[in-house]
Amino acid sequence: MTIFKLACAALVLGTITAVIMLIPNWNGPGASTAAGPIDTLLDVMIVISSYVFMIVMVPLAYALWRWRAKPGDESDGEPIHGNTRLEIAWTAIPTIIVLSAAIYSWIVLEDIEAAEDPLPIEVTAQQYAWSFSYPEEGKVAEELHVPVGQQIALELRTLDVIHSFWVPEWRIKRDLVRQAGTPSADIDDDVVVTPTEEGTFTLVCTELCGYGHATMRANVVVESEEDYEAWLAEQEDIEEPTEGAASAGADATSGEEPPADLGALESEEQ
Amino acid sequence: MELFQTEQTGYPHLVVPGITAPLGFLVGIGCFDYWFRWAAGKPTLPEDHSQHGAKTWKDYFRFNTDHKVIGIQYIVTTMFFFLVGGLLAMLIRAELAEPGTQLVDANLYNGLFSSHAALMIFTFIIPVFAGIANYVLPLMIGAPDMAFPRLNALSFWMLPMAGLLFMVSFIVPGGAFDAGWTGYAPLSTGAPLGQSFFNLGVQFAGASSIATALNFLVTIITMRAPGMTFWRMPLLVWANLSTSLLVVAATPFIAGAQFMVLLDRVLGTNFFQAALGGDVLSYQHIFWFYSHPAVYIMILPGFGIISEVISTHARKPIFGYRLMALALIGIVVLSYTVWAHHMFVSGMFSWLRVPMMITTLLIAVPTGIKVFSWLGTLFYGVIHTKSTAMLFSIGFLVTFVIGGISGVMLGMVPIDIHVSDTYFIVAHIHFVLFGGSVFTVFAGLYHWFPKMTGRMYDERLGRVHFYLTLVGMLGTFVPMHWIGMQGMPRRVADYAVQFSSWNLVITIASFLLGLAQLVFLYNMYVSWRYGPKAAANPWRAKTIEWQVSSPPPVFNFPDIPRVVGGPYEFGVPGARHVIMPGEEAEVARPAPARAEAESGGQAPAGAQ
Repeated sequence: MTIFKLACAALVLGTITAVIMLIPNWNGPGASTAAGPIDTLLDVMIVISSYVFMIVMVPLAYALWRWRAKPGDESDGEPIHGNTRLEIAWTAIPTIIVLSAAIYSWIVLEDIEAAEDPLPIEVTAQQYAWSFSYPEEGKVAEELHVPVGQQIALELRTLDVIHSFWVPEWRIKRDLVRQAGTPSADIDDDVVVTPTEEGTFTLVCTELCGYGHATMRANVVVESEEDYEAWLAEQEDIEEPTEGAASAGADATSGEEPPADLGALESEEQ
Repeated sequence: MELFQTEQTGYPHLVVPGITAPLGFLVGIGCFDYWFRWAAGKPTLPEDHSQHGAKTWKDYFRFNTDHKVIGIQYIVTTMFFFLVGGLLAMLIRAELAEPGTQLVDANLYNGLFSSHAALMIFTFIIPVFAGIANYVLPLMIGAPDMAFPRLNALSFWMLPMAGLLFMVSFIVPGGAFDAGWTGYAPLSTGAPLGQSFFNLGVQFAGASSIATALNFLVTIITMRAPGMTFWRMPLLVWANLSTSLLVVAATPFIAGAQFMVLLDRVLGTNFFQAALGGDVLSYQHIFWFYSHPAVYIMILPGFGIISEVISTHARKPIFGYRLMALALIGIVVLSYTVWAHHMFVSGMFSWLRVPMMITTLLIAVPTGIKVFSWLGTLFYGVIHTKSTAMLFSIGFLVTFVIGGISGVMLGMVPIDIHVSDTYFIVAHIHFVLFGGSVFTVFAGLYHWFPKMTGRMYDERLGRVHFYLTLVGMLGTFVPMHWIGMQGMPRRVADYAVQFSSWNLVITIASFLLGLAQLVFLYNMYVSWRYGPKAAANPWRAKTIEWQVSSPPPVFNFPDIPRVVGGPYEFGVPGARHVIMPGEEAEVARPAPARAEAESGGQAPAGAQ
């Protein structure tokens, strides 16, 4: 009977927790097709977690209240060593829950990463700046402008250390590992994203890349097709496509003093 | 500075002393005396036991082969590094109190959080468990000492070397190592000199860890008292057995990773520099192949401590003892298969993410088994809720469940993509390492304080310490989840203005958390000096370490005890865990009662 009451209390409190926890928009505003599925997955996990939390906390609180020792009580508890059925239950049920969660995550992952004829854009990072090139149009830019509703494929390249591409509203993050111009067999660094909201967002570097890491940001502008075309026409042409970037990358790291070292020492001197 | 700018990043003329000076110290303090004589073919010094026990505080500063002295040495040294790491954390929080840079520049800031993490992980959490186990474990299994006492002493003395190397990096040209405790290449391969000190410090901490783990393995496997079958080992022993299995197999990977970075830096090899044909991602694979199991190295001994404390202070046998032990082994096996979940956004092969996600989520199952079993242990017990050790165990259950839940969320690739490398990660890691590991360390220190020092601590101050720590901990780390999801990346000295109010809250709470530890230090110091004398078994526990005096005799037992039953037979009439030397006469009778109780309780699979 006690067990039944505790289960009811856990369900009620779990429901209340879940309802309260669903009120805030945890991930902030979403602005890409990936945001919806990811935020829904998060909400489902918040609901499950609220119940799991209460299923542990309610019995814990009850036990601490019900079986707290009176002052001076030197007796022992009941010698219960276990309960095989209960133990099988709390092994099997969590297994089923986490496997279902894994399958659901997998479905979401396939969904948000499905590519459909995307527009390629090269993103190049170096300490501590971003640059973008539009190979189909032959343009380079300091800001990332993309047309709304168009799927884009970001080809991520770095000239020095690892950086990471994150636009919080897009819910997309990927490290920039591959040195421009070098092949890397084990790297999979092309990301697709479909912006759905017009506006100006901030691109944040999320992989520690040196003393300028905190300030390594760039503007991301999502705009209508016409505005995008007009903006692109004003940008500079690419001089030497990939070769230039490749030699720059090689210079940056094979020189006497790698940039990280140089930068750090310079700031030390100041 | 001119001088160094013309050098390579490695500075061999400083790195070589970085290796030889600590080794020289180890030789000088006498770690190798016995082995050198042996190797040189000279007659070895007969063991006169002068290296056992500590009569004055000065003896703790000498080479000593007594596991109890080494245990205290470990604990005090690691608590020192905990203090230093905590002060670094205070500086970090002070800088983050408001946006912009006020106290430290970005370069020093990077050094602060890197050394905070390195000190806390490599010289506090991992070795403090080794220290507690060093003291308690041989007593617990009825052994006179660890299997290799000299190796044990060497393991300890390597630890201060690691901590010193980490701290010294603050005064070398270019500043402290600043590539994070993860030291990702190629940022670390091109970083200033301080990074080499990190590479070297990890070697000493790692070697210390491996040697201790081997020692524990051999001690646990070969030196248990007669009658202590595997299914009669206390769960702390099981936990250290599992942890040691992880340490011996995984730690060489981080040693290798750091050596490769060091070689890239000093000798110009090209393991990790892509432009020169190296492979950037291989660093992360090798590093996390250690550093994921390492998070279990940092929590499994804590699980063991919690089992001892909850069972003793709730006067109940552990619920589902065998499944608890098997869950530990399950975690050991699974933890080798999940490392790449730290790399979901690293640009590694996409296909690797899903299998790693499934194993990551599955590891919640054995962890959940343990949480539910602790709950089951509390039910129908007599719970001493005023005992500080018990309070920390309860606090651990609450915070660790929260950390576990955020861990499951992080294990799911789509959620991880968004929150990876944000403050959500910082929140999660501190919920499992502070709310998890550190709470268990406190539970263990309060629980065994009477045994180690022979004196009682002040329970009232202990409770004050607990409640302040809990409030400070929640105030510091709960809001970090929110700001991380909202878009604040980790490892930044400056941040967007929208996060300023929460960061101020976090900073204030973190200072409360820091101040709370002063209560702990005061309580420990005063109680150790002036506390009332402790009885041999103040908690009326069943395990062997409580059956000897507090503190235990220099050689633990006049004669080897004999184990006759499980370690947690609370409330079983007539049952006992151990027959101490000299108690033989009164034992013959209760044995059948115990056998009956066990067969009634759990599926008997034949006691080993």
